[in-house]
Amino acid sequence: MKALGAGPLPVFERNAVAFRNQWWVLLSGVAEPILYLLGMGLGLGGLVGDVKLEAHLVSYPVFVAAGLMASSAMNGAIFESTFNFFFKMKETHTIDAMLYTPLRMRDVLLGEVGWSVARGGVYSAMFLVIALAFGTIESWWAALSLPSAILIAIVFSSMGTFFTTYVRTWADFDLMQLAILPMFMCSTTFFPLSVYPGWAHPIVQATPLYNGVALIRDLHTGLVGWHDVGHVLYLVLMGVLFAWLTIRRMSNLFFA
Amino acid sequence: MWAVVDRPLVAEGLTKHFGEFVAVDGISFSVEPGQTFGVLGPNGAGKSSTMKMVSTVSPRTGGCLQVFGLDPETDGRQIRSRLGVVPQEDILDVDLTARENLMIYQRYFGVPWKQTRAKADQLLDFMQLGDRGDSKVEPLSGGMKRRLTIARALVNDPEMLLLDEPTTGLDPQARHLLWERLYRLKEQGVTLLLTTHYMDEAEQLADRLVIMDNGVIVAEGSPSELISKHTTREVVELRFDDDEHNAAGLAQVASEAGLRIDELPDRHLVYANDGDALITHLRASGVHPLGTYVRRSSLEDVFLTLTGRSLVE
Ligand SMILES: Nc1ncnc2c1ncn2[C@@H]1O[C@H](COP(=O)(O)OP(=O)(O)OP(=O)(O)O)[C@@H](O)[C@H]1O
Ligand SMILES: [Mg+2]
Repeated sequence: MKALGAGPLPVFERNAVAFRNQWWVLLSGVAEPILYLLGMGLGLGGLVGDVKLEAHLVSYPVFVAAGLMASSAMNGAIFESTFNFFFKMKETHTIDAMLYTPLRMRDVLLGEVGWSVARGGVYSAMFLVIALAFGTIESWWAALSLPSAILIAIVFSSMGTFFTTYVRTWADFDLMQLAILPMFMCSTTFFPLSVYPGWAHPIVQATPLYNGVALIRDLHTGLVGWHDVGHVLYLVLMGVLFAWLTIRRMSNLFFA
Repeated sequence: MWAVVDRPLVAEGLTKHFGEFVAVDGISFSVEPGQTFGVLGPNGAGKSSTMKMVSTVSPRTGGCLQVFGLDPETDGRQIRSRLGVVPQEDILDVDLTARENLMIYQRYFGVPWKQTRAKADQLLDFMQLGDRGDSKVEPLSGGMKRRLTIARALVNDPEMLLLDEPTTGLDPQARHLLWERLYRLKEQGVTLLLTTHYMDEAEQLADRLVIMDNGVIVAEGSPSELISKHTTREVVELRFDDDEHNAAGLAQVASEAGLRIDELPDRHLVYANDGDALITHLRASGVHPLGTYVRRSSLEDVFLTLTGRSLVE
């Protein structure tokens, strides 16, 4: 009996080999949040002063850096799971070619999602180092912010992949930008929840990025509480839900 | 008890629907081990749909299908691990070099990394791509891409190789190279299932073939069986000036002799076992063609007879 493939790992490896020629995209992934940290955190921070988080005061650069670390995880994961995944699915049909081998749909998707999570994870790890250098890390709890960022990347990878299964042309990605950009701006990345009117709070709190930002901010500042368990649970549930939806949807799409 | 030969492929009443549309309408055939089995048919006949069901990437709507004695629906992985697939489109990995394509594809089959390089180089050589290993996919010519796709289908030493129009769009040199390589695989005992639009390819390669049209099998047999069953030994091609008299005379002679005529815009084809004798007889009967041409019947005549001369679409 021949061995039956190696699970999701080879799909991940395939992306790693292809990536060797494109490693420089990592630069933009880290340059962007640094620019935001310098411009918003340090620049605007001088004007804003401290931000009130519940009963505590947090300096503005610390506040923004946490938001940027969560967004880095999102950006890396979204880029891979939407643009790059679409390219492999619809333009080059690399995914179809994989399905002629012992790989199963779930292996392919786990490998793909794993890869985009890795990219989101690398983005946020690089940013964590920058944040340390800028002195915006105030607690040892921050050690847990990397696994949290990976959890955020898992959520956005599976959501991005799911969205991509409905994309028909490249123009459809504009719809996604329409959702991502406001979420990036409004998930308390740059402004605390208290600046929004009361009715908007549940909307902001329902977004996955808000939960990620709030979690990482608590870990960076050490203001950890039981509500962080809520954020983690929310993210885990979203990840599982969209991973399941994606596997179902892809099986229907490909095995027609 | 008698020994049952393990047939790599058995289909019975195999059906594929896309919504209301019936692409494959209850076909039955089986392939013997080591055989080269051809599937001919016009565009839209259902060839690729059939290949996809066999390669387990498209579930059947109805009927029975066994590949290596296994059911594609439940044992897809086992089947795919023993199968090589050359899809109609070369879906090569454009982000990788030719060699990387072959190495990564082995990884999909669970081959350890350190073994992949040697096998990739061996397959590149086998497909005469030895000097293109480091090239990306895009700059390769159509023939090279096709060869690379075939090399990729061989990474797992498949027991059966599925080839969906392996030579469409290739120049004669590339086609002959491919045929020669397919012969070698056949000699090594690999079962080949191939679709093609080229009758000469089917005659060259296939031990047995089916002709499909509109989702059903309209004929089955070896190329020579099909020719002797569905057409005469020879075909006479006749050209006339616009004179009604000659055409009428031809019709008269043919109907007396029980010969079939195909009237084309520029010529008449008459199916006869002895072409020269027919021409002599025509002249004696006062029919005077401007030009005559006698040739052996080919699979193409069978194909056109069975599937018609007009475009389906
Ligand atoms: N995914 C699909 N959805 C709907 N219809 C399909 C699908 N795939 C194939 N068909 C239809 O099924 C019929 C058979 O298609 P198939 O690709 O099997 O033909 P074919 O014999 O391979 O033709 P060709 O020689 O052009 O490759 C065609 O009419 C085609 O339009
Ligand atoms: Mg086809």
